[in-house]
Amino acid sequence: MQSRRAILQHSTAVAGLLAATGLFPREAFAWNAAAFDGKTIADVMKAFGSSAPAESKAVTLTAPDIAENGAVVPFVLATTLPNVKQLLLLVEKNPNTLVAKFDVSDAVEPNFSTRAKMGQSSDVYAVAITSDGKAHFAKKEVKVTLGGCGG
Amino acid sequence: MADPMRIRAQAAGGNATVRVLMNHEMETGQRKDAAGKTIPAWHITDVTASHNGKPVLSAEWGPAVAKNPFLQFTVKGAKAGDKIAVTWKDNRGETRTDEAVVAA
Repeated sequence: MQSRRAILQHSTAVAGLLAATGLFPREAFAWNAAAFDGKTIADVMKAFGSSAPAESKAVTLTAPDIAENGAVVPFVLATTLPNVKQLLLLVEKNPNTLVAKFDVSDAVEPNFSTRAKMGQSSDVYAVAITSDGKAHFAKKEVKVTLGGCGG
Repeated sequence: MADPMRIRAQAAGGNATVRVLMNHEMETGQRKDAAGKTIPAWHITDVTASHNGKPVLSAEWGPAVAKNPFLQFTVKGAKAGDKIAVTWKDNRGETRTDEAVVAA
């Protein structure tokens, strides 16, 4: 069993290593408030400096047809497009449309699963933004029987 | 402070599938308490993950991500024994990092 000191030393070393990579600049933690405040799909896309998205079979959004509990709706966003920079999850009728943004790097597959809250039945969009600034989406209507925003 | 994240990383076909379950209230800022006052938003804003110290994923989240967020992603080229670290930061400035080793 490691001593407390050893564990602390190890954690500090790991933190030091991560900081030393220099790849955690302040900008990375500047949360994109403009995008997350967007109230419509158009607002969010504008905040990302991207054109209106075009529907694409190369983007997939897996979600239940009916969400039993709007507080926890599972989604899988994926794309087979090359040069994808970001994958976004948007719920059209939520108070704030943008749920999550994933930065796609070469080290991960452009495939993410998470769970989100939906206030009411709504169209949900998975949007892939490629390095040329174009946006491609897949959309699915998800019905919600019990809204998830607690209101 | 928050409870640790549960991270499971499984090697499969030259990649590692990482599943994370984070502990966080993810308050939307839409709810009102019994007195009618709005409960302020408190949610994870940024998530990053690294593989053997190299950043591989970053994500920004809004309040609509579900409470006790689940996240699954696949790291290319990761093998058993590699270290995966996941960090989240929330809108109060709190942060947490947990690590896991990729299992065969």
